[in-house]
Amino acid sequence: MNDALRAGVSARLELHIAAKQYVAASGARHEVLREIVLSLGEGEVAAILGPSGCGKTTLLRIVAGLDTDFDGSVTLAGKGRSHPPKMGMVFQEPRLLPWRTVEQNLLLAAPGASAAAIDRLLADFGLSSHARHFPGELSLGLARRVALARAFAVEPDILLLDEPFASLDARLAGSLRHELAKLVSRNRATTLLVTHDVDDATELADRIFLLSQRPARIIGIVPIETPRSLRSPERLAAIGRDVIARGVGPER
Amino acid sequence: MLRLASLALFLVIWLVGTFALGERKLPGPPAVAATIVAEARSGALFANVGITLVRVVLAFVLAMAIGSALGLLMGRNRVADRLGDPWLVVLLNLPALVIIVLAYVWLGLTEVAAVAAVAVNKLPNTIVTVREGARALDRGLDEMGRVFAFSRWKKLRHIVLPQLAPYLAAAMRLGVSLIWKIVLVVELIGRPNGVGFEIGTAFQLFDMPRILAYSCTFVLIMLAIETLLVQPLERRASRWRLRTA
Repeated sequence: MNDALRAGVSARLELHIAAKQYVAASGARHEVLREIVLSLGEGEVAAILGPSGCGKTTLLRIVAGLDTDFDGSVTLAGKGRSHPPKMGMVFQEPRLLPWRTVEQNLLLAAPGASAAAIDRLLADFGLSSHARHFPGELSLGLARRVALARAFAVEPDILLLDEPFASLDARLAGSLRHELAKLVSRNRATTLLVTHDVDDATELADRIFLLSQRPARIIGIVPIETPRSLRSPERLAAIGRDVIARGVGPER
Repeated sequence: MLRLASLALFLVIWLVGTFALGERKLPGPPAVAATIVAEARSGALFANVGITLVRVVLAFVLAMAIGSALGLLMGRNRVADRLGDPWLVVLLNLPALVIIVLAYVWLGLTEVAAVAAVAVNKLPNTIVTVREGARALDRGLDEMGRVFAFSRWKKLRHIVLPQLAPYLAAAMRLGVSLIWKIVLVVELIGRPNGVGFEIGTAFQLFDMPRILAYSCTFVLIMLAIETLLVQPLERRASRWRLRTA
């Protein structure tokens, strides 16, 4: 517990969703996800890329155990350990406790973290001067950083990210994405990122899973061989073109 | 400053009232103050106010504890809400006097009956207020707590209670005022001491200075509790809000 960024042994994730439906207020049934199978190895970072409203968040909620009403199974396997793998999650909205300071928000999620580890995380996300601020005093960009720092504070075996840069301006999203890429590489947690943004996926993922419109299915898998730190802007653009060529329009 | 001016205005109105109605029906502030001093010297004031305060505190704690727990349960659980709702409607509409009389009949003219009757009178009102708060709890934060494996106690203390704080404060404020009104009635009907009993006796003797002496003392104590206890607690609970404003 002395180093927030040295994750323990990463978990492996096996996901099989045969079907996921939801019942609307009108009583009509909608199929959201169909036949989604994916398997992530140790420390692998996967991006689920698909159009807005295709069911990405639902998929992530199923993995997080927040939605159990589906046909299929989720297996989060720690490596030879009996206790359940530790999970860190970044929701679409920051979901911080407004009545606790930034520092307390981190410590509540990660009670075992040392003060030094928390300080280092805050520094990594440029939050050192905000440790004693309440979330209501922060801009959305800063609040998202706190949410990211909180997810890393638990030294997760499995890290779930739901559009962590949504509604930030392009420049801010770009710099935060860059910081996150570095941390994800250092942390070595098995990571599942859902996004509609091709840049998020190409910069962060080892493998990109492309989802269709509703009911969402996996329509393509794009592995990225180049290590994250070596991805030049040109390389990223080329991967992005490849992804789009495979038939996903991010936003259209 | 404004509060003091407002208080001064009250004293002026009192004096005008004394002038209009006469000392017999409405004794002036000096006469009432003299009675307060006399009652305090004899020790009767402290004994009566003390026992009344003990009843207020016991009934308050009981009603707040049980009411908050039931309100939270009913706000979070649909089955509990459905089951509890008719009871709540009955309790809310049952006159205080009916509850008091029934408590004395069933439990005897005892301290337990007195405190229970007051607590039951306050209970539904706490339940309704806290239930409203529990219904408005943020599901997003609840899910955050689940993902980050918060224990039950941690969820209650850091996620649920801060959201309920304004509702609890409202229930407490209404609670203190309602309870002390009902405690006096309970004392008037079936207790041999306390402010309510003294005022009842004074009424039979038409001893206006004594009625007002006890009333004023109690009002002053309640004002002190409000300013020294309830308001600082409220400020503390909402300090994260003040700083964002």
